[in-house]
Amino acid sequence: MNKPRVAIFDFACCEGCQLQIVNLEEEILELASAVELVEWREAMSEQSHEYDIAIIEGSITRPEDEQRLKVIRSRAKILVAIGACATTGGINKLKNNFDLEDVKTCVYGKDAGMPHLDTAMTKAVDEVVKVDYKVHGCPMHRPEFAYVVRCLLMGKKPEIPEWPVCVECKAKGNPCLWDYGQVCLGPIIRAGCGARCPSAGFRCFGCRGYIDNPNVNAAKDVIEKYGLSVDKLKSKMVLFGSKQRPTDE
Amino acid sequence: MSKNLKIDVHHITRVEGHGNIVVNVTNGKIEKLEWQVPEAPRFFEAMVRGRSYEDIQIIVSRICGICSITHSLAATKAVEKALGVKVSEQTDIIRILMHYSEQLQSHILHIGYLAAPDFFGVPSVLPLVANALDVVKTIVKIHRVANSWSELIAGRPTHPITIKPGGFTRIPSEKQFRELMETLKSTLTDLKVIAGVVLSIADNIPKFERETEYVSLKQTNPPTYTFYHGDITSTDCNGRTIPINDWHKVTNEYVVEQSTAKWTKWHRDAYAVGALARFNNNSEFLTPGAKEAAKMFGLKKGCCNPFMNTIAQLVESVHVAETSIAMIDKLLTKGLTEEKITVKPKAGKGSGCVEAPRGILFHEYEFDNKGNCVSADICIPTNQNHANIQKDFEKLVPEILDQGQDAVRQKLEMLVRSYDPCISCSTHMLKVQFVK
Repeated sequence: MNKPRVAIFDFACCEGCQLQIVNLEEEILELASAVELVEWREAMSEQSHEYDIAIIEGSITRPEDEQRLKVIRSRAKILVAIGACATTGGINKLKNNFDLEDVKTCVYGKDAGMPHLDTAMTKAVDEVVKVDYKVHGCPMHRPEFAYVVRCLLMGKKPEIPEWPVCVECKAKGNPCLWDYGQVCLGPIIRAGCGARCPSAGFRCFGCRGYIDNPNVNAAKDVIEKYGLSVDKLKSKMVLFGSKQRPTDE
Repeated sequence: MSKNLKIDVHHITRVEGHGNIVVNVTNGKIEKLEWQVPEAPRFFEAMVRGRSYEDIQIIVSRICGICSITHSLAATKAVEKALGVKVSEQTDIIRILMHYSEQLQSHILHIGYLAAPDFFGVPSVLPLVANALDVVKTIVKIHRVANSWSELIAGRPTHPITIKPGGFTRIPSEKQFRELMETLKSTLTDLKVIAGVVLSIADNIPKFERETEYVSLKQTNPPTYTFYHGDITSTDCNGRTIPINDWHKVTNEYVVEQSTAKWTKWHRDAYAVGALARFNNNSEFLTPGAKEAAKMFGLKKGCCNPFMNTIAQLVESVHVAETSIAMIDKLLTKGLTEEKITVKPKAGKGSGCVEAPRGILFHEYEFDNKGNCVSADICIPTNQNHANIQKDFEKLVPEILDQGQDAVRQKLEMLVRSYDPCISCSTHMLKVQFVK
């Protein structure tokens, strides 16, 4: 059997998810021997236009990046989005809550009017092209990435959790952070991370995106029980949960 | 030898982020010679406005995957300054230990995965797996140690989840610190092996010098090879320092038409930051092992060869491992205490500064009386190096012009890599139109 040709590309992001691939340490050497890596700008000088699997990190923030992404999609049989920037738009979508002119002026001051400073609303990869698989998280969870790659190599469909972080957190026996006055998004965010943050005493801030059918009424009950305002919850939800339009619901 | 060169490196490989090199030489005359940055800007300073002081670190950690701990620490220091929060000595030591784990992780990543292929003349680390498996395995081992070390203190290797204003959500146990100390002792042995390998190919490091101003932190009380505390100095300062709050006087950011990024300058038309800058300002305070490593490579204070930055990183790797062993010993002797942290929001403005692996980093935030962010300003090391890379290009290219297209291209790529640029960090980056 021919080894699948794999290429890794990045758009607007911190490249922390590519770093998670490097952070597989010894395992990366094994994975790299099971596939043919044909392009990975951060780690190799080789480049190629022929690949079976395209791995995409980062969000799409400029028209020319949309074009580049569409070309990549047309060449790849399978497209995998890795990390929050690619799967949901992630932290980059915070920008969408502001007027874009205001955003540019804030950072570039008097130079904001220059034509080459233009930026567009941040989009997730699947808001531009079809995505076959998503590896969520900021950064993506290394074991989940290795699992998805293994599934692809074996021609299996990876199972990504459809339940909230609370399930994994409770299973670990962690005390609930709401009892400690923290606004934790565990009840509405997709599991699969092993409840890493709450296990370290840090509230879930939602980097894996919402589950498909979040129980919004139950979330409201939780807020009432702890005597917190919806505004406070909203201010936490926009971090990784902002949309293509200013978030207000 | 041809007097015509046409080099157009679109998205240079083996660096963090996107950069281009454009060279146009006709009949020996340099018509165009540019270091460009087309990275998509992400507007962090705009995005943090309105967010609570307790969410700032979560957001700005995402500026960079490789130096997320550094960004988290600079931001947290700035938030604490603005809110008038003081941290304990224990928190201070554990934060520095966390910071050192990232220095080692980033330096080894750069030396082993990104720069080494240049020294060996191969396109990536993968061919080295076949030819020098033991060496690659040692690099992987050190990288894994550094990452587990970050994970132990920061909760995971990338984007820390234990830092909060005033202290930590949780800290490792004394047993875990003791185990880390033992691991670091064996890492020192591994680092010596790597130093030996790098020494064997040190002849491949280009001999190039350009007198340069080097900017870094400097700590006098107690005198320390600092990454975390202290004030700002440069090799043009004769030992004087200026306070962190005055960092804008150092960076003097400006836009140039030819460039794609905001540039910085202080006493000259460009300056450099990073491992070599720290070495040139503070090398007398290195640990004995680190001094020995510097001696192996003939690296001395006043070195103006940017290619030697990679060697300075190797020296620093030894330094952080040795220093951390001593710091853990100090922590364990005193014993760990659980701390109660209370932080109250108030209006205020504060700056925070630490040394990222690739150079000095500044964060500044202003908050209203509810603790919501009103404004932010961030200046990243790679931004501070861009002008200097351009100046190096301008001196280097005429010197090597007769070596031909491929050698010039390779040396310029190698030069950019030696700065270990972290381009997606550069929130100030402007968008560039490519020269076609």
